[in-house]
Amino acid sequence: MTAIPVVRHQRAAIDRQQAIAGIFVMLGLVDIFVFGFLADKGDAVFTFTLTGAAVSVPNLNLAPGPVSEGLGALSIVLGLLYAGLKLTSLSRRLTAATVMLAFVVAFLCWCDAGRTPLPFVSLMQTTMLASIPLVLGALSGCLCERSGVINIAIEGQLLLGAFAGAVIASSFGSIWLGLFSGSIAGGLLGALLAVFAIRYVVDQIILGVVLNVFASGLTGYLYDQALVPYQNRLNSPNTFSSIKIPVLGDIPIIGPILFDSTIFLYITYVMVALVHIGLFKTRWGLRVRAVGEHPTAADTVGIRVLFTRYRNVILGGLVAGIGGASLTIGSVGSFGKDISSGQGYIALAAMIFGRWTPLGATGAALLFGFSVALANVLGTIGAPIPSDFLLMLPYVATIVAVAGFVGKSRAPKADGQPYVKS
Amino acid sequence: MSGWEVALQLELRGITKRFGSLVANDGIDLTVESGEIHALLGENGAGKSTLMNVLYGLLQPDQGQILLDGEPVEFHNPREALAAGIGMVHQHFMLVPVFTVAENVMLGVERTSVLGLLNRRRARQDVLELSSKYGLAIDPDVLVENLPVGIQQRVEIVKALHREASIVILDEPTAVLTPGETNELFRIMRELQASGKSIIFISHKLKEVQEIADRITVIRRGKVVGAPPPTATDEELASLMVGRAVELTVHKEPAHPREVTLEVEDLRVESAGGRAVVDGISLEVRSGEIVGIAGVQGNGQTELCEAIMGLLPVKSGSIIVAGQDLTGARTRVVLESGVSYIPEDRQEDGIVESFSLADNLVLDVYNRAPFASGLALHIDTIRESAAKHMDEYDIRATSIDMTVGTLSGGNQQKVIVARELGREVRLLVANQPTRGLDVGSIEFVHSRLVAARDQGTAVLICSTELDEIFALADRIIVMYEGRIAGIRPPTVSIEEIGLLMAGAGSDDSVPEAQPA
Repeated sequence: MTAIPVVRHQRAAIDRQQAIAGIFVMLGLVDIFVFGFLADKGDAVFTFTLTGAAVSVPNLNLAPGPVSEGLGALSIVLGLLYAGLKLTSLSRRLTAATVMLAFVVAFLCWCDAGRTPLPFVSLMQTTMLASIPLVLGALSGCLCERSGVINIAIEGQLLLGAFAGAVIASSFGSIWLGLFSGSIAGGLLGALLAVFAIRYVVDQIILGVVLNVFASGLTGYLYDQALVPYQNRLNSPNTFSSIKIPVLGDIPIIGPILFDSTIFLYITYVMVALVHIGLFKTRWGLRVRAVGEHPTAADTVGIRVLFTRYRNVILGGLVAGIGGASLTIGSVGSFGKDISSGQGYIALAAMIFGRWTPLGATGAALLFGFSVALANVLGTIGAPIPSDFLLMLPYVATIVAVAGFVGKSRAPKADGQPYVKS
Repeated sequence: MSGWEVALQLELRGITKRFGSLVANDGIDLTVESGEIHALLGENGAGKSTLMNVLYGLLQPDQGQILLDGEPVEFHNPREALAAGIGMVHQHFMLVPVFTVAENVMLGVERTSVLGLLNRRRARQDVLELSSKYGLAIDPDVLVENLPVGIQQRVEIVKALHREASIVILDEPTAVLTPGETNELFRIMRELQASGKSIIFISHKLKEVQEIADRITVIRRGKVVGAPPPTATDEELASLMVGRAVELTVHKEPAHPREVTLEVEDLRVESAGGRAVVDGISLEVRSGEIVGIAGVQGNGQTELCEAIMGLLPVKSGSIIVAGQDLTGARTRVVLESGVSYIPEDRQEDGIVESFSLADNLVLDVYNRAPFASGLALHIDTIRESAAKHMDEYDIRATSIDMTVGTLSGGNQQKVIVARELGREVRLLVANQPTRGLDVGSIEFVHSRLVAARDQGTAVLICSTELDEIFALADRIIVMYEGRIAGIRPPTVSIEEIGLLMAGAGSDDSVPEAQPA
């Protein structure tokens, strides 16, 4: 074997761990050189007390320069450790979380340096509020996809829920009826998804997109034709007011964020717990997951595959519908065209980012909710970036999260595959 | 509760099942006495699996009756069959890979406490009890995807036992097992029999049937053609099964290996998850010899073949064909340097089902002379060559315009063989070239492979059927977990190959083929 013409077609495999470590180091450098050196003069001030709170918590004053540089240095060190050490998955996640947190804090210091104090509690309240439809939408996704049906139609379910919630609450004068109808509306769209995906075996991605366009067109048409002319009767619902939970609601900082909100936040807590326990601790959940992973196996032990899928897809719609209703009767009141503004897709991303688990999806949804809230709050304190960029934040966060950090996350094996008995 | 005293006699009377114009089961009568191991012998496609799916409630018979202890019963779904005491271990396991053993066993018959919460402790106990009662040695807490197939099969058996099955159907259970695992399965089957269970054992392997069965029923083309005693000879069983006298051995002259054609050195291929699926393989195949790669399915054979063909990225190492470095080369480059490929999955990778016979026969050469020039295809040349191939390779089709998807598996495989051997071939890579074929087609494919060898082609064959390896190979390489467990001459004993396939045994003697 001599004189072989050697043209090596080497395929460079980028080592994932090295790439992530590189991102950490880069974020650290941004912390130092952008947020540290380029910060305006003056401290960044964070307030932790709402006006009228019983207990007041002292403000936190941070000097952006030293703080950002310190956090940046920490990120770089962590990045280097990440590249060099073999870490357990827990410590890898902790490291990533620390670096992200450092980046956010440095960013906030830079934004707020020398400006009006940044109200931490109201930032977090907005986060919770913005997260409600995302969490409920993501739970809808979990319910569907764990049983093996892809649910792109979350967006449409939110939108219909928002529409039905506003209109019914307004015309019947009952916000509770509005909440109920919002849920039913989402469930109906879920039923439509189920029939076409399961009975007629339509491609589930296309189907989901079509249903979203349908929901948008339908509500947009009805909005122009009915809601605009009869604004007072049809589109002026009351909204749910905050309920403060005794004792818990009085805890400084945590209380107003977690335990002083509308019924929607409490419904969300219950739903997250229910879906998590349901999927992973009960007979119901074991069977649902079996259907989503290996429907033939489920069938051979006597589980009704198609029934399970119908049920779960409709259940998912009902949950997302509640999230939709929160957009109208849980906050602004009236319905506006395309009020869901892509949050259904963000919820979908949250579900994937959360690896098809209710708890993970909730965490991801909170992260996205935070970026929405941040865009709001930074707009009001006059941060030194254009507001358009701030408004992009949640979407950029979605792309980065889904593309970069999901990695080996694994969908249910039979997700999106119709079950047809041979 | 134990199934000890429950002993059922099963009788199938005149079962007929049609799929369109195809009669899969044609008036089949079968009686399984309680406590016997009853073998159902037949070729692939003879209708064994259809019959068992009818019995298990997955299919409804068009005619006929099922009787348990003389009582007529009807099963509309597996649940009803399970309830009546019939359990089935499918050829493709019905296990959820991401569930634990205990979760898989309890699925569908879960014990729950209040509010439907799973009682996992009870499920574990049940698995442990059954496992120790029948000597199965199963850990209830392991994820099924992390278990070797042999153990997964035991999980399936436990699943059936947990549902108190008194008749257990085993559908081609040995297809995925090493010889050692097969012996272990037979031990378990005898253990089950001793505790009063009946077993229906489906197989097309004569030796296994002779070894384990109390009674044998042979099925051919949907009909029962005989019930020979287990003492019947290979030849008797085979001719019953196929319907004519069969050559059980492939006729071939000794090989005359010449120069090295394929040289693989320290090849590494990784799975999508970054696991090494081919882990440092070095081998060479000489012109004029057949090298057979034996191994249990999923030990890296497919990945090795796909890496050679440029279908999978190579992590490190090199692949050299006739002096040309093809490491990481595009598949077209590989094909053009005289490499042919018979893929494992005929329908998925071997043919385009909706294309005509003629089009399928030029899939890898359509862009070259004489079939094309510039942008134009020479349809007439393609059709002429297709007609010639159809004749030469005995492809049974009404015309060259027939859609390949409508042909039988054997004829589809002949199309692939015709295409791959119909041009100048230096190296042939064949992965499971006879999987799922009837005996006649197997004979044909084997003779073609040997003929290609005799014309000086280097042939690399992967097969999980040891019979095939022994029939064809001039050298045997055993792969285990992505590595070469050993290289042996074809005179080696089946036991030794079995040990190597199971990852036992050493790797010291490496005989090299000598150039002639």
